[in-house]
Amino acid sequence: MTTKLNDTSDYPDLSEFDEDMRDSVRGMVDAEKRALAAREQTDEADDCACKEGMFPGASRRSFLFSAAAGAAATGLLPRIAQAAAPAGAMEFPVAPDSTKIAGRLTGDDGGYGSRSQFETAVRWRFPTKTKESSWSMTPLSDGHGMITPSGLHFERHHGGIPTIDPKKHTLIVHGMCDTPKKFTMADLMRFPRQSRINFIECSGNGLTEYKRPFLKTVQGTHGLTSTSEWTGVPLSTILSEVGVQDGAAWILAEGADAAVMTRSVPLDKAWGDAMLAYAQNGEAIRPEQGYPLRLVLPGYEGNTNIKWLRRLKISDKPFQTREETSKYTDVLDGGKARQFTFTMEAKSVITFPSGEMKLPGAGFYEITGIAWSGRGKIRQVEVTTDGGKTWLIAALQGPILPICHTRFRFPWKWDGNPALIASRCIDETGYVQPTIAAINKVRGLNGHPKFASVYHNNSIMAWAIGADGSVKNAAHKV
Amino acid sequence: MLKKQHRQAYRGLLATTIIPLAIALTAGSANAGKFGFGTTPTKAEIAAINIDVMADGRGLPAGSGTVAQGKAVYEAKCVACHGDNLQGVKITGGAALIGGRGSIGTTKTKKTVESYWPYASTLFDYVRRAMPFNAPGSLKNDEVYAVSAYVLNRAQIIKSNEVMSAKTLAKVKMPNRNGFIPDPRPDVHNYR
Repeated sequence: MTTKLNDTSDYPDLSEFDEDMRDSVRGMVDAEKRALAAREQTDEADDCACKEGMFPGASRRSFLFSAAAGAAATGLLPRIAQAAAPAGAMEFPVAPDSTKIAGRLTGDDGGYGSRSQFETAVRWRFPTKTKESSWSMTPLSDGHGMITPSGLHFERHHGGIPTIDPKKHTLIVHGMCDTPKKFTMADLMRFPRQSRINFIECSGNGLTEYKRPFLKTVQGTHGLTSTSEWTGVPLSTILSEVGVQDGAAWILAEGADAAVMTRSVPLDKAWGDAMLAYAQNGEAIRPEQGYPLRLVLPGYEGNTNIKWLRRLKISDKPFQTREETSKYTDVLDGGKARQFTFTMEAKSVITFPSGEMKLPGAGFYEITGIAWSGRGKIRQVEVTTDGGKTWLIAALQGPILPICHTRFRFPWKWDGNPALIASRCIDETGYVQPTIAAINKVRGLNGHPKFASVYHNNSIMAWAIGADGSVKNAAHKV
Repeated sequence: MLKKQHRQAYRGLLATTIIPLAIALTAGSANAGKFGFGTTPTKAEIAAINIDVMADGRGLPAGSGTVAQGKAVYEAKCVACHGDNLQGVKITGGAALIGGRGSIGTTKTKKTVESYWPYASTLFDYVRRAMPFNAPGSLKNDEVYAVSAYVLNRAQIIKSNEVMSAKTLAKVKMPNRNGFIPDPRPDVHNYR
């Protein structure tokens, strides 16, 4: 065990962050160190040949009960010591030969399944000062395809996760409309439905990486984006129902959490693809994602996708809420701040190989990752394995959907020499994912020793592979 | 074969169900285009959650509060997280409320209510809906006016004898009132 907590000495100097950010970043470092320490422990306890950590999080857990208890003795019942199982799993004994003993009984899970006890990928909580106002990050390096499992969708809460009885929950729509309305969940579910697969990304995703490579893993650098299938009522249906009056231009969306979260949404977006979603990935939305009702604004920064939605107020002007003035605004060189930056621009990242993995040796690897854009479909993803000298087109895994994670794959034969790999994407508008240098140039951070802007970092991400197969954060190097 | 049958069945469904529904929805009545689901909320139901306050003062409730009253509210309910001098308390995560004026965009950027928030209405709105952190939404309107007055006074934005109310709060000119510009994205113009 070499990982020391509460010690940032193997990370860059934190003094370049302003005072507020420094605390947050220290917390982020702590979260990452805890996760890496847990992995080290797992690796040590495990006596398997795949210790290299090529796929961190993939199962290498030792099976604490199987040796002592034996499957026959326990009749393959779930162990009482559930704590031993990873989150979302139950611990069962492992038979020496699964073909020689009947397996578990159908329905013994109570009718709702859990994942394998050998799967350990979890969200990390970013250890902010209170657990109520905090966030957690999706383990992107463990992801497959384009859908994020509901239980691994990143979170951001400002006043904790409320427990809301859907039978008592209502949505009130009022303000500049002809007929204000109150809808129960049953009312909302009677309207014609729509399903759509969209990513939601926090605009703070990548905030630590503006100045220089900072965190070590892709979960830390990019884990505030997730993709789900969302089902609900188009907001336009509800607007037709209440009759929007002339002169209206904005809608306030308000949540029923302890922060009573509010954001102003342009009416054009509300009439466009906005949705009042009550389902995620085919079942009711998870509590931490807004149960029973969430506003989904495809391509808009995560914070505007108000969870636990209780009220929509139609008005002529934006409401200038705390979250759209003091937060989620980007200060430029000179002191002016950009406000109402809604669209999350095209972005991609390689998730394998990525930070803190270790390639066992030269040979074939499939480089893979995800690309997404708040403006529509991904048209192309390009990968470099020589630090940006040459870029080759990656294969895109269909279906390629607008405003959705798109999986890319790139076959690569590593010759065992140090390599610098990166991806960049182009969306259907022709917008090319920029370098961090290009972003900092237009946002005026050049010459500033400290951060001004922390949100909306969609720059190219690079990973450096050493001759020993180690993979390190190389943001800014391409 | 199956597919064809399925299509025919779907066409049948369209003919018998969806088209009549569409006609019903577009019939020339007062409810044209409407499903009619949901109910009309009472005025009291709306008032109970209609708590937003806009920059021009719309939504500010009746009531008022002085700086002195606000000091008492602050010391009872805010000081633990925001500190004796409104400087913030790291261990609680409570933000600094004052200071940093003129620092935005410099190497010493410090975002506080005083230095960064463009509207006093936001202070009232946010305190009323989400503060104090351990008992959100518990302050009476007079208390919210008072504690807003106290913060604004400690930020040297209003004088110690000024009273905050629906009439006065929206007129407070915040130091960073003109500090925000609309977003011009896309800002990196690299297109193919």
